[in-house]
Amino acid sequence: MIKDELVINMGPQHPSTHGVLFLELRLNGEIVNDCRPHIGYLHRSIEKVAESRTLTQFIPFTDRLDYLASMNNNLGFCLAAERLLQIEAVRRAQYLRVIVAELNRIASHLLAISTFAQDLGAYATALFYAMRDRQKIVQIFDELCGQRLTYNYVRIGGVSGDMTPKIAQMIRDFIASEREILKDYDDLLTHNIIFKARSKNIGVLAQDIALSYGVTGPNLRATGFNWDVRKDEPYLVYDKLDFKVSLGTVGDAWDRYFVRVQEMRESLKIVEQALAALPEGDPVVKVNKPFRPNGEVYMRTESPRGDLGFYIVGNGEAFPYRLKIRAPSFSNISVLPVMAKGLNVSDAVCVLGSLDIVMGEIDR
Amino acid sequence: MNFPVQELLKLAAKGGFVLGFVAVSAMFLIWLERKVSAWIQNRKGPMMTGPQGAFQSVADTVKLLLKENIVPSGADFFIWWLAPFFVAIPAVMAFVCMPFGPHHIVYDLNVGILYICSITSVSVLGIFMAGWGSNNKYSLLGGMRSAAQIISYEVPLLLSVLVVVMEAGTVSMQGIVHAQEPGWFILKPNVMVAFLIYLISATAEVNRVPFDIPEAESELVAGYHTEYSGMKFAMFFVAEYTNFFIISATTATLFFGGWLGPWAPSPVWFLLKAYGIVFFLMWVRWTLPRLRMDQMMTFAWKVLTPLALVNVLVTGWFLVRKG
Amino acid sequence: MDLLTVVQAVQTMFPDAAAEAVAGALVIRKEAAFAVLDQLKNGPSRFISLQCLTAVDRKEALDVVYHLYSFDVRFLLTVKVVLSSEEPSIDSVASLWDAANWFEREVYDLFGIKFLGHPDLRRILNPDDWAGHPLRKSFASSDIIQKPLK
Repeated sequence: MIKDELVINMGPQHPSTHGVLFLELRLNGEIVNDCRPHIGYLHRSIEKVAESRTLTQFIPFTDRLDYLASMNNNLGFCLAAERLLQIEAVRRAQYLRVIVAELNRIASHLLAISTFAQDLGAYATALFYAMRDRQKIVQIFDELCGQRLTYNYVRIGGVSGDMTPKIAQMIRDFIASEREILKDYDDLLTHNIIFKARSKNIGVLAQDIALSYGVTGPNLRATGFNWDVRKDEPYLVYDKLDFKVSLGTVGDAWDRYFVRVQEMRESLKIVEQALAALPEGDPVVKVNKPFRPNGEVYMRTESPRGDLGFYIVGNGEAFPYRLKIRAPSFSNISVLPVMAKGLNVSDAVCVLGSLDIVMGEIDR
Repeated sequence: MNFPVQELLKLAAKGGFVLGFVAVSAMFLIWLERKVSAWIQNRKGPMMTGPQGAFQSVADTVKLLLKENIVPSGADFFIWWLAPFFVAIPAVMAFVCMPFGPHHIVYDLNVGILYICSITSVSVLGIFMAGWGSNNKYSLLGGMRSAAQIISYEVPLLLSVLVVVMEAGTVSMQGIVHAQEPGWFILKPNVMVAFLIYLISATAEVNRVPFDIPEAESELVAGYHTEYSGMKFAMFFVAEYTNFFIISATTATLFFGGWLGPWAPSPVWFLLKAYGIVFFLMWVRWTLPRLRMDQMMTFAWKVLTPLALVNVLVTGWFLVRKG
Repeated sequence: MDLLTVVQAVQTMFPDAAAEAVAGALVIRKEAAFAVLDQLKNGPSRFISLQCLTAVDRKEALDVVYHLYSFDVRFLLTVKVVLSSEEPSIDSVASLWDAANWFEREVYDLFGIKFLGHPDLRRILNPDDWAGHPLRKSFASSDIIQKPLK
């Protein structure tokens, strides 16, 4: 059997590996006998770097983890640090954080579904639509903090810039237009017969396997498992906001796609509510001396890709003694060998695209 | 000896015209595709080279001509070198029977449509040679997929052409056009079915979305032409777009009356119809995702082929009854 | 559910694990670690999710830290096992949680802790020919610079 195997090295440079992922595929004809992901091409040892940076200095590094959802990484890290330092951000900052985190979730999901469509061979059209919509979010962030990709916006104790009436109007316009535009994605992809034929019942992820591999986020919810950190361990002001957790039924690629589409709708609802309930106050904090963390904390937040955990150990010094980032994509990609086995090459690409991984946080 | 100098000169002029047309049409199609896709995707496409980027393809051609021709190590050189010719030359040769107008045809073979179908099928050999000779696994997979795909779709394609031939009573391209003088074939219900089968199969023949499986960018990088660069790549590219034009032009001839049309000169009508179909196929390409290999094969053998066979039988029955 | 109930339950079931609650974490002995973790996963509170597995280099010792979560009792449990910093090793839990497979490879790569019985203990982030374990406190950044680039 081994003699008949065709070994294909997919990546680290390949159009559909979403970054510098290297998949070693052993094929029998076109059927994947074995799929071995090799990671580490983007390893920058951010956890080691953290040991020589103060907590505030480390925030920009979190931007470089999941670079498609920098706000959520900023937020996850700052919340963990705040819990360790026993600080609570002012109310206005908490609402602002919810707004930016959800907007960034939409931006991230837009890219997720459109690159997934790209993997299925829908040439660039969905991608350009998504980029056009994402651009609006990016412009909002640009107004808010002066950056388009790496925001460094959420700070320990607050945020770096306040909301202005202009930005609030931009967000309102975005919500109104995006509600309509999301229907276009339904026409273009969700109910497209070829799209369905390619993704329905492909790469079915069983719930127990997903839990055992530590798969989280939309990928876990697609299996029908009701777990959303925002609902189950509410942080910030999520417990005051009304939103639904979208669940899949089968756990196939289409479910993973559709959970993301639904989450975008819910996120729009959350942003709308948070914007309406935005309290007064000064969310911008000024820190003039480094924090000296002591003790340890493990804090999870719901990033667009799943449970993003920060484990910070401090020993009273300005630098954290140890910082571990539990990246959702790391666990999500580890399940790929199980899912890809026995599939066609085309379907393996479809499964990989539906998992929505970002190499930045896998390799750290 | 009576050497037909005049005849030969005439043929050479016609050949020159065909070559020129193929090159210009391929460049125009590439530009058009970029513009249509840009239009579909809310962007502008090429804008910098000439008005509306009209000379973009010319610039690209110059670039490709000047590029280094890289031979992959371990390639089967002879096969690798020959493959682009096997793809490009049949595409040009198919123009011999393409009726641009009542007198605008290189040579009206009496087996016209049969000739076009068979000469374009030769390109699968070139594609498989490219896949085999490149010493690249992606190319090999692409070549294998292509061979399976093109040969499978040949069957429904020819069966749907057969319906048109039965209606026209001739296989000559001009004959088919003339047979449509009372009315386009597309208006007959049985030929309508044949038209759908033909269009789908022809799309698969030229590896376009949703049947671009041999080139599947997200899976096989670029499939069989992954390892080609410079002019060799350009030959694949030109052949691809020429084949694309051929299927559109053949569709226009077989189903939409070819060059028939009032008021304007007949080549204008021919090109108008052909480019209408070109535009439709581009629209499809930039909208739909790709099918999977087995889904596509199932579709060819379990849906299209039986449907085409039944269509042929039904047409035959009607023709016999009509007498 | 709180930490103390877990610690007491472990103390009664595994007397030789020397379980105690230190700074919000359940600390157990290395020898009994696998049995305790097995019981935590398959026992009544069903800690079926291994959220995170990592290590902390305390110079004189290495801590392996497990973050377990139970969806039934909604409790995040931190389990720590202290290893000696000379040739550290511990039983692999990859047979309990599939997630541990890659987490343990990462800890092996970055800390040099051997996980006994791991199905595929290779480096995961660093290249296979990398020397040293970067997240150990003894690993200075200058180690990287001094090495000649090949």
